Amino acid sequence: MTKSTETKREVVILFAGDSGDGIQLTGGQFSETTGLYGNDISTFPNFPAEIRAPKGTLAGVSGFQLKFGSVEIFTPGDKYDVLVAMNAAALKVNLENLKTGGLIIANTDGFDKKNLNLAKYADGENPLEDHSLDKYIVHKIDVTKITRNALKGSGLGIKEIDRSKNMFVLGYIYWMYNRKLDNTIAFINQKFKNNEQLREANINVLKTGYHFGDTSEAFTSRYQVEPAPMPKGIYRNIKGNEATAIGLIAGAKKAGLNLFYGSYPITPASDILHFLSKYKNFKVKTFQAEDEIAAICSAIGASYGGTLGVTASSGPGIALKGEAIGLATILELPLVICNVQRGGPSTGLPTKTEQADLFQAVYGRNGEAPVPVLAASSPSDCFEVAFEACRIALEHMTPVFVLSDGYIANGAEPWRFPKSEALTEIHPKWVNDNSKNEEGKYLPYKRDEKLVREWAIPGMKGFEHRIGGLEKEHETGNVSYDPANHEFMINLRAEKVKKMAEFLPEQQIAIGESQGDVLVLGWGSTFGAIQTAVRELRKEGHSVSHAHLRYVFPFPKNLKQLLSRFKKVVIPEMNKGQLLQMIRSEFLIDAKGVQKVKGLPFTVDEIKNAVLGENTLEAVQ
Amino acid sequence: MSQNTPNDIVEKLTPKDFATDQDVRWCPGCGDYSILKQVQTIMPEIGVPKEDIVFISGIGCSSRFPYYMNTYGMHSIHGRAPAIASGLKAVNPDLSVWVITGDGDALSIGGNHLIHMLRRNFDLNVLLFNNEIYGLTKGQYSPTSPEGSISKSTPMGSVDHPFNPLALCMGAEGTFIARTLDRDPKHLRDVLSEAHLHKGTSMVEIYQNCNVFNDGAFFPFTEKATKPDNVIFLEQGEPLVFGKEGNLGIKLDGFKPTVVNLDEGFSKEDLWKHDKSDKIKASILTQLFDDPKTEGALPRPFGVFYAEERFNYEDVFNKQIQEALASKGEGDLDALLAGHSTWEIK
Repeated sequence: MTKSTETKREVVILFAGDSGDGIQLTGGQFSETTGLYGNDISTFPNFPAEIRAPKGTLAGVSGFQLKFGSVEIFTPGDKYDVLVAMNAAALKVNLENLKTGGLIIANTDGFDKKNLNLAKYADGENPLEDHSLDKYIVHKIDVTKITRNALKGSGLGIKEIDRSKNMFVLGYIYWMYNRKLDNTIAFINQKFKNNEQLREANINVLKTGYHFGDTSEAFTSRYQVEPAPMPKGIYRNIKGNEATAIGLIAGAKKAGLNLFYGSYPITPASDILHFLSKYKNFKVKTFQAEDEIAAICSAIGASYGGTLGVTASSGPGIALKGEAIGLATILELPLVICNVQRGGPSTGLPTKTEQADLFQAVYGRNGEAPVPVLAASSPSDCFEVAFEACRIALEHMTPVFVLSDGYIANGAEPWRFPKSEALTEIHPKWVNDNSKNEEGKYLPYKRDEKLVREWAIPGMKGFEHRIGGLEKEHETGNVSYDPANHEFMINLRAEKVKKMAEFLPEQQIAIGESQGDVLVLGWGSTFGAIQTAVRELRKEGHSVSHAHLRYVFPFPKNLKQLLSRFKKVVIPEMNKGQLLQMIRSEFLIDAKGVQKVKGLPFTVDEIKNAVLGENTLEAVQ
Repeated sequence: MSQNTPNDIVEKLTPKDFATDQDVRWCPGCGDYSILKQVQTIMPEIGVPKEDIVFISGIGCSSRFPYYMNTYGMHSIHGRAPAIASGLKAVNPDLSVWVITGDGDALSIGGNHLIHMLRRNFDLNVLLFNNEIYGLTKGQYSPTSPEGSISKSTPMGSVDHPFNPLALCMGAEGTFIARTLDRDPKHLRDVLSEAHLHKGTSMVEIYQNCNVFNDGAFFPFTEKATKPDNVIFLEQGEPLVFGKEGNLGIKLDGFKPTVVNLDEGFSKEDLWKHDKSDKIKASILTQLFDDPKTEGALPRPFGVFYAEERFNYEDVFNKQIQEALASKGEGDLDALLAGHSTWEIK
């Protein structure tokens, strides 16, 4: 029987199952293969906080959403074309966002009585049997049975056999989208290089899934998604946390320094520690401290010793680091602090995404303690922002915040990575022969025209000096309680950060004209959704532009002027309007907010509707 | 990053070279003056160039110390000096790092960092100024104040049972445990010098008199009239002898220390001989912690209780870097940027 092939511009797939079903690995492999093929892609893993929530339950559903296409892709998609449901709970939790006419691939074994009960279907109710899914196309496959048959005689136990079910699904999806198995086979060979039995079993099941598509009579459609017209160059896939880690390593290397990373494990920032701890041959020193406070304090100690000190955490950990960030601010030592934001307050939603720590980064310290704040807009942008944070920390002698969030930290996209030689050289402000005054004394808080002090570290002869958290006298750094000096120093430290804007790039428009009806202004991980929404609105004939802030504090020096050229400014955020308040108070403009605090990223439609619903746009005639 | 090459001549320094031009601002009569003086006195003797010495403190009266030492120094935040010192030592193992802390700083707000520093055994020295009171905040009880202490915050007496700091440090797997006194300059200097020589975290508890808020807290151990009966000075290999007449000693009955009189049929051979390498005996020594005012109180030991050689965190930490460099070669940034699989769009 001939199988038809249909060409698609873009496809959204959600893999969903128990958190022990290997869903994340399946999604990750499909993303990688798809990227290698030349599609543009964006991914969004969505998993429960529990490592192994009770099997089969609604709470235990793990998901991996991805969108790929032959066009530019900025988000993992609003609604799925394909929902892979390994059990009844996975279907129930995710059906809401499946497009009408969309495809469900259901593992029938996951819809037995027990699983239906766990998924809270009424007694006797089975969505696969009762026509409730008639508006969708349903492929029912007994994945468990086929996998067990394929591995009969493999010598593996049932438990181990069932664990390779995900490879069947992956093979089947590869068949469906005309993808080669090579990349995943190479991955399996590497992963199980010391276990031939598992290696062969997984490859066998992967191939079984692929051949099942070919031979099964029931399913006739395959899809072709051509490579996307992306800029020429060499690409790889990258996740946000890995990009942050590489950005930090590159930043230290370009400054000629070692990197010290002090951290305490916390979701969703821990992966940065995992990545960095593997790169010891880059002279990266990772220290798993006893708590969040020790994590940042050890990094301050390392910076004091002439290494680039970095710490990372998520909101609750950042709260604990607050006092130490103030210390680094008054000491004026280089330090990079990454906050991979998650849902708050308190423990909140540890595995979900949010942007509600902006105020914490900008204002969250006692006293007047200005710290520059940068925000990454996509997984690969985490690299750029982490690198830039290293540069600012070292060239301006200041702690710097990097804001990312769970969405881009775990999400992946293709990255046209730079050559190392193309990266900016970073020049730390070391003391030199001219750093002493006429009396031969080193003044640790003497500043240059950028108001930056020079860096002398223990071991440097003749530069012995004391620094501390008490207010210091201008230039000498001696303890001073003088009221006028205190105010002078407060102003000086504020001016130093404000002045930075003079040396930072001007704000650009990401898409659209530099004036018009509406500017959608964003920061951080909302980039993809805003960009897609604005492109669609523009196609529909609206006068909308998009600008996205990387430098959230201080604001780019041309921002006021840029905002003033639009009739309306709309600011979507995954919080209750934090950038909105900053913009309104700084520029006294009537900006409008669009807010979502559900632990999930914006959909494109939500932003489109909000922009249209603000009555900000004339209806198109 | 030491700037000194081995060929540099280490200039002959004097204690004065270690004083700064800043006015010392402790209360007149404070025990801190003596400690500062003894530290400045031993500094030229330890043979470390001034630029390779760093004093790091937290918050409290004692933590002003770095401002008065003409070396590198940081007056940091409350309780966190051990964490800052750990990071510094991790990236530059060649420095001589001294943590200055107090009973509130080390044992209350910074207790967590203290115990973790001890188990990691960074090669640095901790001077814990114990005055059994919060001085800088003007007289609240501290985690070492005795039960029932009347203080600004405990007008009816404190309810807390105090820490036994050295027992805590033993429990945290400390490798060098010592106690000394502000009012015994020679003993203080000797212990500080030995602490410097120990390769590991050297924990030195210093009984320090706060003459404003807790005057006389340690007088039973420091004053001529009472000191001999209340203090045992520990000397390696020597029997535990004390008393005005030098005729009292400590004998171990199993694990139980008891006082015996050398004039009443016991000889020095019967006494407990101090062995600082014996962890169990050192633990028992830390339990000689009776209130000297109670009837039959055992005397309190001073000196080095325990010393053990154990690897330093920073050595293995940096060895791993060297091993990674040796086995993988210096990291190639372009390879890191490219990752394990790439594709080209032409």
